[in-house]
Amino acid sequence: MSERQGGNTALLDAVRAKFSGTVETLDEYGDIVLVSPVATMHDLLAWLRNEQGFDLLLDIAGVDCLELDDAAERFELEYILYGVSSGRRVRVRVHIPETNLDVPTLTDLWQSANWAEREAYEMFGFHFVGHPCLTRLLTHHEFVGHPLRKDYPVMGGQWCSTSSDLTDELNEDQRGAPR
Amino acid sequence: MGNDTGKTESTPQRGTHDEEFDRGTFEQVLDARRDDFDEGLDLSDLNTQPMFVNIGPTHPATHGTFRVYCKLDGETIEKAGIGVGYLHRGFEKIVETKPYPQVIPYTDRLNYCSSLTNNIAYCKAMERMLGLEVPERTKIIRVVIMEIQRIMDHMICVGTNIVDIGALTNFWYFFNARDHLNSVLEALTGARLTYSYSRIGGLAWDLPEGFRDNVRAALKKVPRAISDVRGLVVKNRIFQDRTRGVGAISTADAISYGWTGPCLRSTGCDLDLRKVAPYYHYDEFEFDVPVGANGDSYDRMLVRIAEMEESLKIVEQGIANIPDGPINVDDKRVMLPSKERVHTTMEGLINHFKVLIEGPKPPVGRIYDATETPNGELGFYIISNGSGQPYRIKVRPPCFYTMAALKYLIEGAMVADIVAVLGGLNVIAGELDR
Amino acid sequence: MGVNDPIAFSKNETGLVTTRMDEVVKWGRKNSLWPLPFGTACCAIEFMGVVASKFDISRFGAELVRFSPRQSDLLLVAGTINYKLAPILKRIYDQMCEPKYVISMGACACSGGFYDNYATVQGIDQIIPVDVFIPGCPPRPEGILDAVIKLQERIDREPAPRRGVERRHEITDRMVDPEK
Repeated sequence: MSERQGGNTALLDAVRAKFSGTVETLDEYGDIVLVSPVATMHDLLAWLRNEQGFDLLLDIAGVDCLELDDAAERFELEYILYGVSSGRRVRVRVHIPETNLDVPTLTDLWQSANWAEREAYEMFGFHFVGHPCLTRLLTHHEFVGHPLRKDYPVMGGQWCSTSSDLTDELNEDQRGAPR
Repeated sequence: MGNDTGKTESTPQRGTHDEEFDRGTFEQVLDARRDDFDEGLDLSDLNTQPMFVNIGPTHPATHGTFRVYCKLDGETIEKAGIGVGYLHRGFEKIVETKPYPQVIPYTDRLNYCSSLTNNIAYCKAMERMLGLEVPERTKIIRVVIMEIQRIMDHMICVGTNIVDIGALTNFWYFFNARDHLNSVLEALTGARLTYSYSRIGGLAWDLPEGFRDNVRAALKKVPRAISDVRGLVVKNRIFQDRTRGVGAISTADAISYGWTGPCLRSTGCDLDLRKVAPYYHYDEFEFDVPVGANGDSYDRMLVRIAEMEESLKIVEQGIANIPDGPINVDDKRVMLPSKERVHTTMEGLINHFKVLIEGPKPPVGRIYDATETPNGELGFYIISNGSGQPYRIKVRPPCFYTMAALKYLIEGAMVADIVAVLGGLNVIAGELDR
Repeated sequence: MGVNDPIAFSKNETGLVTTRMDEVVKWGRKNSLWPLPFGTACCAIEFMGVVASKFDISRFGAELVRFSPRQSDLLLVAGTINYKLAPILKRIYDQMCEPKYVISMGACACSGGFYDNYATVQGIDQIIPVDVFIPGCPPRPEGILDAVIKLQERIDREPAPRRGVERRHEITDRMVDPEK
């Protein structure tokens, strides 16, 4: 356990040295969480991947903070990263206002961001700038709305009349995997 | 050459149906070709068009419902589009309306081939959030049943993968052994597939009599099934041709796609959460982590078969060493009191009522906890707002990320390779779509 | 029906079997149901267990699973149907030839299960007509076999086929009520 704490302290020091002032650090149940504004998000994540060895993007979780007390903005995105060689995990949290849902895409850093961002888009409505194919993934193509938002009713089912045409996915140009 | 937008209504399927086709010229070309036959055919100016084929969602080889829409040039896939979401059941939305313990049956149906592992993964996350430490007996029992589920999940995966390649017998061998293990779990939990046996803070009830002997008897069938399948399949020329080099991926690409679990280990990376961040005394068990070399279908299948043998070792060790003691944490906020207390004391009645109706209330905060399931790393990102119902649960499904790489794996391969690759990725639609 | 002395029959003595045409047709139909397992979720795994040797659905003639709607006559919907899959289910049902039967297996197919939300159709009988419902989550293999037996009994109650092509509802409207 102390080895992990040692690793954590080193990472925290490096973050504070490089991104002092813009990135806030938190500790939740022993995990490090870095809170970053949207503007520095891409740089922070690229630095974590290239310099700090967090080469596995585990997940992208969207959150609607409408019913949470003391939330900074309406929406949040949580990026969960893991370093395969170091065995450490870190999370990056970005607060996103309802008025501007543009978020830079991470598909140029990790290929796993492709589908994860598509899901965050269809469930919450984020617009990932630069994504190769930002269309619905899990809900059907005639679905209107973003179901995981708190103001979408739980039982709001929508009928679908035809099966979808997968031409967008067919023609999607997935960029070559970054090394 | 016609338009490639993929609208099959306007794209003729035969070159001879194209408006610009000229039969006379075609026949002249054929006559010329017949003369040239001995010197070899030059097919570079043969009038061909790409064909668009849709595979799924109702298809015997796609286990679970997904679509693969391919643009074919002969048998080679030029481009592919993957369609998922045909089993999207709104897990993340509906659990926001249920108390925490009622989420456990929903987690069962995520990866329904190894339901107990999902239950335990969720309970482990909740216990960490609530600051509970389950007793030693529970830890070892959880390890034993998780490894039994690992054997069962890999049996289904490898069995159905080999069926798709064309060998049906192995499926019956594996299913027979799996049914014996399933009977043991049925005696333990009461259900055949979706067990819901784990609880937040412990287990639903203690082990039945004779559990140890039943497990040992059922486990005896497994090495026989594995050796039968190995003997039939692994050195078979057809099997080797269909799986070696098919769907190969490098470790760097796999990590970029977010792969974990046996699929990542088949590429050469030995990432296993049971070794790297052990929980429930996994560091005290003796077992190895099998690792492949090339990341192709052959390696994926062999890694799974080897993992079954390692899980056998863990179950043997676990079964021999289950400590005595309670199985539930002694915490009133989370556990239901005994029936005697509920029926005789007022405090017991109120405790029972509160825990059942409102659910345990973790402190305000967020947690991400991961477990090594048979498919890879299953993570739960849980946000609590202090009430008895979760504010948000995001599931990190391992096969979501393996499936995302399917487009990369099959483009350039042949149509028949789709099933060889798809079976090896062990995509369970319940977990993929949630 | 049957021949009293099969050995005599084979020795070229005239063995004559008399019955009604519809009985023969019904006997053939109910003992050779070819299922199309429209398996989406957990119930599909249970169905695979029924087809396996321990529970053996081939005792009832339903062993040949045919994944093409043109070749099967029993649509066995096993698993959750959501709104994305609903048009495909209807299309598969339409592609099947008459006579066709539908078994709805599991709680999700019968009524949406415990997924009462924006994504799940609350019962496939909102889309296609269903002959037998099997409750359970997942139903036990014995339950599935019981459903096949009930379907066979239901086929027995069908009226004699009339000349010409009959739509499904015309047959079911004239079915004999077992209570009367």
